Amino acid sequence: MSEHNKNSAYISASESRRITRFNRRVTRKLEKARADAGRDPALYTTVMKDPNNVVEFDNVCTYFFSDVGTVKAVDGVNFAVPKHSTVGVVGESGCGKSVTSFSIMQLLQRPSGQVVGGEIRFNKGDGTAYNIVNTPNSVMEHIRGNKISMIFQEPMTSLNPVFRIGEQVDEVTKLHHPEMSDEDVKARTLEMLEMVGIANKEGVYSMYPHELSGGMRQRICIAIALACSPTLIIADEPTTALDVTIQAQILDLLQGLKDKLNSSIMLITHDLGVVAGMADYVVVMYAGRVVEKGTADDIFHHPVHPYTIGLMASKPVVGKKVDKLYNIPGSVPNPVDMPNYCYFRDRCEMHCERCSGLYPPEIRISDTHFVSCYRYYDEGEIVSYPKSVNVEEL
Amino acid sequence: MEQKDYLLEVDNLVKYFPIKTGFFKRTTGYVKAVDGVSFKIERGKTMGLVGESGCGKSTCGRTILRLLEKTSGEVRIDGKDIFALSKEELRQFRPQVQIVFQDPYSSLSPRLPVGEIIGEAVREHGIIPEGEFDDYITRVMDACGLPEYYKGRYPHEFSGGQRQRICIARALALNPDFIVCDEPVSALDVSIQAQVINLLRELQQEFGLTYLFISHDLSVVEHISDTVGVMYLGSMVEFSDTEAIFAEPLHPYTKALFSAIPIPDPDVKINRIVLEGSIPSPANPPAGCKFHTRCANCMEICKTQAPEYREVKPGHFCACHLYDGKKED
Repeated sequence: MSEHNKNSAYISASESRRITRFNRRVTRKLEKARADAGRDPALYTTVMKDPNNVVEFDNVCTYFFSDVGTVKAVDGVNFAVPKHSTVGVVGESGCGKSVTSFSIMQLLQRPSGQVVGGEIRFNKGDGTAYNIVNTPNSVMEHIRGNKISMIFQEPMTSLNPVFRIGEQVDEVTKLHHPEMSDEDVKARTLEMLEMVGIANKEGVYSMYPHELSGGMRQRICIAIALACSPTLIIADEPTTALDVTIQAQILDLLQGLKDKLNSSIMLITHDLGVVAGMADYVVVMYAGRVVEKGTADDIFHHPVHPYTIGLMASKPVVGKKVDKLYNIPGSVPNPVDMPNYCYFRDRCEMHCERCSGLYPPEIRISDTHFVSCYRYYDEGEIVSYPKSVNVEEL
Repeated sequence: MEQKDYLLEVDNLVKYFPIKTGFFKRTTGYVKAVDGVSFKIERGKTMGLVGESGCGKSTCGRTILRLLEKTSGEVRIDGKDIFALSKEELRQFRPQVQIVFQDPYSSLSPRLPVGEIIGEAVREHGIIPEGEFDDYITRVMDACGLPEYYKGRYPHEFSGGQRQRICIARALALNPDFIVCDEPVSALDVSIQAQVINLLRELQQEFGLTYLFISHDLSVVEHISDTVGVMYLGSMVEFSDTEAIFAEPLHPYTKALFSAIPIPDPDVKINRIVLEGSIPSPANPPAGCKFHTRCANCMEICKTQAPEYREVKPGHFCACHLYDGKKED
């Protein structure tokens, strides 16, 4: 019993001091490198691999230098968002899906949160791209909210309670289009409110957020996000806080607006049902890495990674009666101390001998379908091994 | 017809919350959170209670346990009218009925170790002689999938799923007949959800528990429940067996609610009935049928006259004017 009582989260004082010293050194160095890169446009401009993509994540590693050690929240993530399509990012809490979206918006809590490796390429439209990782704040200000915008999970907390709805939507347009007159800005805001399906737009314009229901507030958030017709909309769990009927309304609205504005959507959610209805492509993440990606058809009809299969089986589906739900045994490994074999091995019921080797490479099993699992090692072509950054070398 | 053994009978339960305004806090109106709800649950069965947020399903669950005082109506658990019990009688009755709350992060005391959280009420009610106390807690924890060495740990050391197990163990330790599960899985991840749902079902089979399962997640409700009640704005609009209600929902609100469930299959394109607008304020519900402002099949009569909640088919209750003409079979 005594050995169980030993607290694994315990850190000695000297160890704690060492971590703090290390974090300070590393984050200073990274901040300096970032500042240097930001001064030279050549260092933050690159070329898209495929000009038909809006965003390409190329081996992105986002680490948090915390007091208990380095948390590899996102560790070598590869995927792309093609133009005019919806990409669903699925995973459980803590799998790094929100951190991925914060990385592209540069909303990470710096200096402890850092993108330590890889490239995030955001298409400028002419074939060249911003490498978001090195883009300085002055440039980022013109991208954030203008070209890439975000809809957050909690409509209750993402609106400012002391400003009227109108002012909050106006603000975005004013900031990115300083040449517009006040009347034009207001006209644009009213147009946006109408677009998101608010019947009483003049009335809502002068209301405060607390006067609106959750669904209405989420519509306002969408109006704010879409005010500048962004090329990429990141929807971070946009319907989790809402009721089913309101969820259906909001999803229909998002899908309709995407086509109207010719944007792409990166839909982050843990609800497979929502993704199935909306997404063209699906990316499944587990413990900071992409375990499977492909078209919605690939993922929902031919899931191959044991985690994806388990996730699908553990969600009850209306109309399908099962006696007992499948449950994935165990829980996610400790993010501070990740194993060097497949992160899912200890919870996987299909693991084999090979799984004790290095983390499996990404394997292509069809044109659009990729999986990181040794079960398909002999069946497909190996695309890449995940690249992790060794923090000790930083 | 055989006599069914009902553990819980709720008859026309009403719960209003007064709205107080002004300096003297005069009551100027009422929030009609639960407005005449009736249903019964058979012993050993699970009833799912679904509806949008603000429809009064949680208030209903709490009033049934007398965590809130009723405004009117009757609740009988095991034949006892719980609102007629005196304070002392109620105290003795409490172990029979338990509740599992939605948020496992705020419903556990951060200052008590797990063993004490689970055991506090057991000791208080004298369920077990002092000598067997430790063994008993271990057995309860074991039934809920918690290893014994967790006893000395504190809630902050656990993940959401483990905490929900602790909450369930706490409810179970008192040997209850009836547990109200107030959205027990909505704060949890999908894979953890499955673990907790399976645990609830296993415990039901083992100990013959009766559940009132409050949730807004219809797929979970379909999975776990034997009967389902749908609430809208404080009233029960439809009640039936799970199979019947999912196969053929009668009330227009139920139809809309069910069509909004996202199906995890990209090929299934359901004809969604999208409801316009949002739920009206329960302080000032619409006249006539409460749903008529959003109903696709709204008729003249709906605007003036509230429909009667009655048995449309055997065992299938519904409150809607659409079924007025149809006689019971």
